[in-house]
Amino acid sequence: MNAPTLFGLCAAVLVGLGLYGLIVHPQPLRKVLSFNLIGSGVFLVCAVIARRGAAAGVGGDPVPQALLITAIVVAFAASALAVALMLRQCDETGSNSLSSDPGPAPAKPPADGEA
Amino acid sequence: MTTPAGLLLVLAVLLPFTGVLLGLVLGGRHAQRVAWVTILLGIGIVLAITRVLLNSGASLVYLLGGWAPPLGVALRADGLSVCMMLVVALVVGAVGVYANGDFGTPAGQSEARAPLAFWLLLLAVWGSLNLVFVSGDIFTLYVALELLTFAGVPLVALDGRAETLQAALRYLVYALLGSMFYLLGTFLLYGAYGTLDIALLAARVGSQPVTWMAAALMTAGLLAKTALFPLHLWLPPAHAGAPAAASALLSALVIKGAWFLVVRLWVDVFAGIVTLPAAQLLAALGASAIIVGNIVALRQARLKLLIAYSTVAQIGYLFLMFPLVQALNAMRLDTAAAVTGGVLQAISHATAKAAMFMAAGLIYSTLGHDRMADLRGAGRALPMTITAFALAGASLIGLPPSGGFLAKWLLLSAAIATAQWWWVLVMLVGGLLTSAYVFMVVVRAMAPAAPGWSPKKQVPGYQQAAVLGLALCSFLLGLAALLPVDMAQIGRTVAPLVGSP
Repeated sequence: MNAPTLFGLCAAVLVGLGLYGLIVHPQPLRKVLSFNLIGSGVFLVCAVIARRGAAAGVGGDPVPQALLITAIVVAFAASALAVALMLRQCDETGSNSLSSDPGPAPAKPPADGEA
Repeated sequence: MTTPAGLLLVLAVLLPFTGVLLGLVLGGRHAQRVAWVTILLGIGIVLAITRVLLNSGASLVYLLGGWAPPLGVALRADGLSVCMMLVVALVVGAVGVYANGDFGTPAGQSEARAPLAFWLLLLAVWGSLNLVFVSGDIFTLYVALELLTFAGVPLVALDGRAETLQAALRYLVYALLGSMFYLLGTFLLYGAYGTLDIALLAARVGSQPVTWMAAALMTAGLLAKTALFPLHLWLPPAHAGAPAAASALLSALVIKGAWFLVVRLWVDVFAGIVTLPAAQLLAALGASAIIVGNIVALRQARLKLLIAYSTVAQIGYLFLMFPLVQALNAMRLDTAAAVTGGVLQAISHATAKAAMFMAAGLIYSTLGHDRMADLRGAGRALPMTITAFALAGASLIGLPPSGGFLAKWLLLSAAIATAQWWWVLVMLVGGLLTSAYVFMVVVRAMAPAAPGWSPKKQVPGYQQAAVLGLALCSFLLGLAALLPVDMAQIGRTVAPLVGSP
């Protein structure tokens, strides 16, 4: 197995794990973490493309690297926005879940303790 | 090559963002004034772009730094982009007039955070939409789309109540997932074809698995952002919970950004490789959206939720154009009717839905609630607003001479020309269902008020006039058929930029 295939498979695993987390967990913090996991996978794909597309003598294709930096900044800003919203929601309601039933609010402290 | 007046495209993008920064620095009650100066200048710029486009009959192009596409980034505005820019400028102007009432800071009052945020976000939405419309490469489009999301999400949570915060978070999660899929598709396309420019990509893409994968990922991501049927769950709470002026922006404009990108991809980039069954699938989702959205809208107990579900249904119409374009292409016929029909549907929905949400906002402040069961007296207190609601509703139903009528007429004739009668059926049933809930609202609002009832609050006349003006634009848009040129088709023959004079 050559390096690009290996990295490509790693990226696929990261995206898969992230998607699973994003769909399964109702807590927004976990959703944001999962989103960052997906992001890492996608960025890894981009890095592989940069390495593979390198012309002879150049370490990497510069265009994907530029795209990568922009995309990382955007993903960081998105996470920051999400965290700000989450904190505000926690201030307002005392709970942080996206599921619409208010049930899990009292059951939260033990779940937190476990984690 | 940069065309003369290409610099206008840069201005159309930069001006709103300059306004955002200036408003943020000056802060407080100055933000509103900065916003108004920017809106007026921005409308001027968009009109100038329209004039240049009509006079030259070709797309406007601006090469950033003078570098041509394989190396540099191009801004390009064809007829489609300019049509959308015009309607965005119109809606932003009308929402601005309306918001003077809700988000103004009168001399005696202390400054609050919500008005400042609203005026800055209004400009940010405008700037990012203009960037979506003029971007010439798929990565700039990604950045524009993210800007649009970052401007749209805080608009949902403007009043800071717990349920709107939750709606905003849910919207953000959908939007972020969508943009990651879109980004992955972009990277795959770059890896396969070594370019990001739309015109160059259109010439290079071939039918191979990596292109299909990229097309599927990008489309799925954009569908989540547009809120097409199975991915629409975030839309109703987000759009119905926001303040009326913000709902109008979100429902009329923000979702159109992602939709416009789907059109760019399917009609410009992947025109050669998308198959009819794929386009049929997209339209089938649209058809389900029309049926489900309309039926759920009929069962809503609150006016704003009804309008939000009506948006879910109207998004469906926007996706009916794809199999029609594909089939016309396959039959080597002119695709103009289907493309123009789709764009007209977007434009008439943008104006009508903005008018409806603002009308709902006025009804809410007059009655003190927006429960469907008790709209009595609204017609007496707000005759202009109810008229506007009815006119906007007529445009959504598709009664002549509204914009919705012309759009549906073009789509219907394209469907008949390509022998796809089932879309005709969907459009007719959708129109019937739409008319049911529009009439329900109008009839209930026209009922006489309870004796001794008086409005909770007098709404200013200019707010009502802004709503009525926008609804009239939507209602009279059908007269665009009388225009000598089909503006949406100017500069539509996509040719690679390199090598062309």
